[in-house]
Amino acid sequence: MKRPGCLSFIRSAQVLGTVLGLASGYVHAAPSPEEMWKIIQQQQKTIEELQTKLESTQESVRVTQKKVKSAEQKVEATADAIETRPAAASWADRTRVGGYGELHYNNLDNDFTGTKTDEVDFHRFVLYFGHDFTDRFRFFSELELEHAVSGEGQNGEVELEQAWVEFDVFDSQRVRAGLDLIPVGILNLTHEPPTFFGVERNPVETNIIPTTWWEAGLEAMGEIAPGWNYDLMLSSGLDTPTTGSDAFLIREGRQKVSEALADDGAVTGRIRYTGYPGLELGFTGQYQADLTQGALGIDATLFEGHVDFRKGGWGLRALAAGWNLDDGPAGLGPKSGPSPGRNEQWGWYIEPSYRFDLPGWLPGELGIFARYNQWNNNAGADLDTEKEQVNAGFNYWPHPDIVFKFDVQEQFGEDDANDNDGFNLGVGYQF
Amino acid sequence: MPFSRASTFLALATIALSPHSAAEGIYQTPEDFLREAFAGAPPEPSKLWIDEKLKPSIRAILDHDLDVLRLRYWGKDGRTAWILDEIGKERPITTGIVVDRGTIERIKVLVFRESRGWEVRYPFFTDQFTGATLVTGQQLDRDIDGISGATLSVRALTKLARLALFLHAHSDFADGKK
Repeated sequence: MKRPGCLSFIRSAQVLGTVLGLASGYVHAAPSPEEMWKIIQQQQKTIEELQTKLESTQESVRVTQKKVKSAEQKVEATADAIETRPAAASWADRTRVGGYGELHYNNLDNDFTGTKTDEVDFHRFVLYFGHDFTDRFRFFSELELEHAVSGEGQNGEVELEQAWVEFDVFDSQRVRAGLDLIPVGILNLTHEPPTFFGVERNPVETNIIPTTWWEAGLEAMGEIAPGWNYDLMLSSGLDTPTTGSDAFLIREGRQKVSEALADDGAVTGRIRYTGYPGLELGFTGQYQADLTQGALGIDATLFEGHVDFRKGGWGLRALAAGWNLDDGPAGLGPKSGPSPGRNEQWGWYIEPSYRFDLPGWLPGELGIFARYNQWNNNAGADLDTEKEQVNAGFNYWPHPDIVFKFDVQEQFGEDDANDNDGFNLGVGYQF
Repeated sequence: MPFSRASTFLALATIALSPHSAAEGIYQTPEDFLREAFAGAPPEPSKLWIDEKLKPSIRAILDHDLDVLRLRYWGKDGRTAWILDEIGKERPITTGIVVDRGTIERIKVLVFRESRGWEVRYPFFTDQFTGATLVTGQQLDRDIDGISGATLSVRALTKLARLALFLHAHSDFADGKK
């Protein structure tokens, strides 16, 4: 075996030296105490810098929070200022406009007279104007255009149906003066198209009440007890014709406060109960000393009673009204005059109905109804003058203030000429 | 009958015999209503901002926008109280409504300014709303029977009941949040 030579020894020493050199390199990377101190100082400086930045950031957050709170306060103050600005006392704020209207199509045949009605008519276009002078004094008016065109030779007319001033005496007690509706019936006071069934107003209230009926007068109204209300009205009176086929016909006695004779006025009183949700009971009485305004001295009394009930979708209206006129001079007065039997004029109707919401994809409500009417303007004579009418149909309200109407109408009764049968269509609105 | 003398007498008698007081009917002040609603200790009012998220539903309920930027209300333990106005026929009706966990606890007409339809202030009418909740389409879960001659006042109160229920659901006190 060959012993390691010098060269091997040198080579081994080189390797050993390299290893030792590498090891000594690691041994030399460990910092000295001075270097450690320097590192610590640098780290301390970095910490201090970071602390300073943190404090600065915290201060920025505090400042931002203050600004946010200040902005919130300013927004609230701005909203306060806008919402509590002095109540506008402008004329416009105290004045109101409203109205209603209805377009009708009537398709009726009268087999007795042979007449046919095939007619479209904007029956009523009505505007309301009201104004509050103060919280306690107010004005209200109703102006109507009937049958679209008024004037000489035209079918229509412009009428002032209400124009009164009202004063609140105290809570729920009021006094009203001017041209006002007589407190009687159901439709006389509330007759906007969406509020009743049938295209035309019912013939009982039209011919007997006679709706729409207004006079000039002074009225006190208010609440007697919860649910009990009263009206007491002193007003101008009717002036019925005394000759011809319209003699003593109540509806023809309306003067409409147009240069109206005021020799004899009327007193009207009404009691109304609304103390149960959905129910109204009403009773009216009127007395007029002479509804011929001095011509024949015919006094007259009206009594009217009604119920108007709605519970859920079911509804029922029923009304009865009757006039009793003095018989008057023989051959001249209501009993035996030009149109005998007018000393008694009466009518009544009953109207059940049902209304319901339409399925979700169709807006609004649908209502179906039927009405039986009976009336007689010559009831004081034993003549065939009693009239009857049946209506049935529906109302569709796509919106509570808009209505489309359809009804079929059948007239019959003792009076053969009362025979206008067919159907009616209508559209109406209120605002 | 010459009615002019009688009518003058009627007018003078009515005015002479009647004490002069506020024309509008103030049946309860908002402050008293809140004290009653929270057993004498109403909480501090909260504010509900009427933002773009709420406006469409409010418009659907009232048929118009609210003319305020935010509404004050009072809330505690899942109950909220609201003082809201809505026009009946011509003038606003001020109403106090308490909602308890999504149902109407009570509704009270505080100030009534219309010249007719005052029957809506009585419990025989307002009791119909007790227990009412909202269902699909922000409608009440029940029919409200009206008062003849007060249709628009009835409609106004019904809208306010729906509005209060809707606002309660978006308040800080809905769903047990507070």
